[in-house]
Amino acid sequence: MAEPQMREVAFRGGGFVLSPRRGAAAVFFALLLALWELAIRAGWISPLFLPAPSAVTTALWELALAGTLGLHVGQSLARIAAGWSIGTIAGLGVGFAMGIWSMSRAIGVPAVSALFPIPKIALLPLLILWLGIGEPSKIATIALGVFFPTAIAAYSGIDGVPRNLIRMGQSFNLPWLAILRKIVLPGALPGILAGFRITASIALILLVAAEMIGAQYGIGAFILSAGNLMQTDQLLAGVVLLSVLGLAIGTVLSRLERWLLGWR
Amino acid sequence: MELVVEKIGHRYGELVALEGIDLAVREDEILALIGPSGCGKSTLLGIMGGILRPSAGRILVKGAPPADSLNPFTYIFQDFALLPWRSVEGNVALPLEHHGLGAAELRRRVADVLARTGLAEFRTAYPKQLSGGMRQRVGIARALAVNPAILLMDEPLSALDAQTRELLMEDFLALWLRARTTAVYVTHNLAEALRLADRVAVLSRRPGRLRDIVAIDIPQADRATPAAQAQLAGLHDRLWGLIKAEAQIAEREVIAAGASYG
Repeated sequence: MAEPQMREVAFRGGGFVLSPRRGAAAVFFALLLALWELAIRAGWISPLFLPAPSAVTTALWELALAGTLGLHVGQSLARIAAGWSIGTIAGLGVGFAMGIWSMSRAIGVPAVSALFPIPKIALLPLLILWLGIGEPSKIATIALGVFFPTAIAAYSGIDGVPRNLIRMGQSFNLPWLAILRKIVLPGALPGILAGFRITASIALILLVAAEMIGAQYGIGAFILSAGNLMQTDQLLAGVVLLSVLGLAIGTVLSRLERWLLGWR
Repeated sequence: MELVVEKIGHRYGELVALEGIDLAVREDEILALIGPSGCGKSTLLGIMGGILRPSAGRILVKGAPPADSLNPFTYIFQDFALLPWRSVEGNVALPLEHHGLGAAELRRRVADVLARTGLAEFRTAYPKQLSGGMRQRVGIARALAVNPAILLMDEPLSALDAQTRELLMEDFLALWLRARTTAVYVTHNLAEALRLADRVAVLSRRPGRLRDIVAIDIPQADRATPAAQAQLAGLHDRLWGLIKAEAQIAEREVIAAGASYG
């Protein structure tokens, strides 16, 4: 009988594994911007409908020189800081109560479920009626939008804290407040910080909406007036500002997560 | 300090988990609680240390705990129950922090217990960086840090692999032989019970009743000798005879319950 033939076993394990590709994103965006610029310079698209990146940059630069850029961004930041803080503090308070006490849970869950799905923009006219057209109604809209997701993140975060850790705390006679501070709070923190990501983007959306009614300064007001005057380069400059603002908030939150959740 | 279990009964809804348990844990002994799975031995341990309220009966203490005991009834958990966001040091410090010891005394106690359990070089590590065996060592260190009067150990080695279990058992025994803390040791592993216990209490299954208490008269330090091994083998057969039939029923019941999902 002949010697059996030797064959190599074919490799079948490749694919479905992702590895980092450094610089790919930068090249893609550079190409996209170049194509965009080219499309307008070549006259394929009217600059009125879509201004070139260079025109948007110029608009931003002029805005900065005139000093109004700081005014708009400053006002927006102040509103978002106030609204987000109020909504977050209230949401954490209610969420913790719902996570800890049966009675607040029994009342809170149906209440939150009923009120959470309402788009808060729909309440803006009502809030203006109650609080006037000035700052309070804008801040209240943002706070209201931030409140519900924060409450939900907090109480489901507390639900996620392993019961055996709480039992452990009790078995060592830890006082109630110490269990809350040293076991429940850090255990719920990952869920709460994930909630912050959601509420930050909600706050940004509501900021723009609220600033489109009765605001002189603010990124939303700026975008609205640019749109009314068909100044599309300025309009896009405002959109770029929003994107940068969102990115900045996201970066801050990532830092916060790395700092607070390093143990994961 | 002695712990007396008086007519303890416990039910979860319709299910009677424990019934009429009378038992006394003597000073300075290790009492092993064995029984087939689902016999309520962990429930009994929870009741003994006051973290579960029994449906009937009561737990009594004879004598006062030592004055330097910060937490007389101290548990060691099967799943370690370490805080993942605290380092080894932080986990061991946790039960000391609310006693107002002062920073220096707290540090001294933590360092002392870490040295005793061989964890000094791991003090800044986080639980996720440690193997299962090292995690349970942290659990033991945390329990020893409060100078317990009675150690309540809930299957402390069950989550570990066989080799780690062997190593940890030897380490625990060495620690125990020095301090001789009264301990209740819940396990379903006969070998662990025979290695560590002064007496073995056998529970029956559903409702959990006390079937027998078997004393092991050989000192723990001498149990490795051939003569002792022969005697322990006899005890092993006797204990196995007590629980084998019920262990078989318990096993089959789990399979039946699993099948009903399919």
